[in-house]
Amino acid sequence: MTQLANTSTTSHAARTDTDAAAEPGTTRVVLTTEEDLLTVRHAVRAATLAVGFGIVDQTRVVTAASELARNAYIHGGGGVLTIDCPRRHGGKGLRLTIRDEGPGIPDVDAALVDGFTTGAGLGHGLGGARRLMDEFEVRTVPGGGTTVVATRWVPR
Amino acid sequence: MRGRVEEIADRWVRLQVQQAALSGGTSESELREEADTLVAALVTGLDSALPIDRVATSHAELNRAVTDLSLNRARGGESPTATAMAVLALKEALLEAVQESTQDSGELFSAALLINRLLDGAGALSFDTYVEGREEIIRRQSRQLLELSTPVVRLWRQVLGVPLIGTLDTARTQVVMENLLQAIQDQEATVAIIDITGVPTVDTAVAQHLMQTVNAVRLMGADCIISGIRPPIAQTIAQLGIDLSTIMTRATLSDALSEAIKLTAGPLPTPDAPASR
Repeated sequence: MTQLANTSTTSHAARTDTDAAAEPGTTRVVLTTEEDLLTVRHAVRAATLAVGFGIVDQTRVVTAASELARNAYIHGGGGVLTIDCPRRHGGKGLRLTIRDEGPGIPDVDAALVDGFTTGAGLGHGLGGARRLMDEFEVRTVPGGGTTVVATRWVPR
Repeated sequence: MRGRVEEIADRWVRLQVQQAALSGGTSESELREEADTLVAALVTGLDSALPIDRVATSHAELNRAVTDLSLNRARGGESPTATAMAVLALKEALLEAVQESTQDSGELFSAALLINRLLDGAGALSFDTYVEGREEIIRRQSRQLLELSTPVVRLWRQVLGVPLIGTLDTARTQVVMENLLQAIQDQEATVAIIDITGVPTVDTAVAQHLMQTVNAVRLMGADCIISGIRPPIAQTIAQLGIDLSTIMTRATLSDALSEAIKLTAGPLPTPDAPASR
């Protein structure tokens, strides 16, 4: 909240801007079918536009979301994506939180290596998504599901 | 009530016509037909031994009448409110009829309760059916879209083009691949250009589907070029770590076409030599 106060003092225009962007920040998408991946991409694209990302960053974030959502759908048996817009030092960002109740990832470091796959995919999804985002965290419990939190900041 | 079937149906039609003045839609003769069927079914439904709140769902004739009405409305593009109001307007028509036939307030009250429970059941059924009808339309449209959205066009002699628009999931890849391979065979094509200008997101799954398609095209002895790779997509693919270096790619469809023409013209002796057929 102190960060929010800071932004408000630096520029009034920026504050209303981020306030507007905070609206889609609470978007939640439930993933149960393959068609929901489309909903995910649309929701994330709309959020990237609202936050003010450029065209390249939009594509990066949407692609990362698509990878993570597909992982949750295929390996986790579905899940929930939450999109929000965190702030730091007056900068805006977009945070994706994808949570599934699947079997979890036994070895996260191995799963992040390119070419690692347990299914029929290319094995670039998780590692690729990490490269597309600025911050990336995988929390997983064997048998207890997986949560991936990935954030991209708007370049200033 | 039995003797007043005609009157109730009339009244219901009139109420619906009043509502329709606001929304428009079903014609009066259709309404009349629906009303006759439904009120008749209602009477037989009341004669049956079923508990009153289950008459609408369990009585076959009444169930069918309500279902047909709701499906017709859904297919005809009526709003859910209009459909629900149409069924609930019957409640009003019935209540008016009861009010005219009795003055005893106790009797009136119990009749009103009965009508309420009966019509609430019908209303719920109507809404269920309406939604089901709409969902059926959506399913049909998505199947149609799948067929429409994957044309294979002849761009040049022995050169085919596939302009992809939207997303490339497993089902779509299958359709694209089937159409393309068949067209390669039918038109003796030697180069296929897959244009992804209209694909907003290329993630690993889309890339994998593209590679599968390219492999299948190569197995048939044709070359495959992927065109329409925009700068953000190129950056994203590179960062994802997907290796498309074994696939011929071009930034635009016109680049891909000129490359394809070179490829098809290559083996010929000279461009103006008489064709040997």
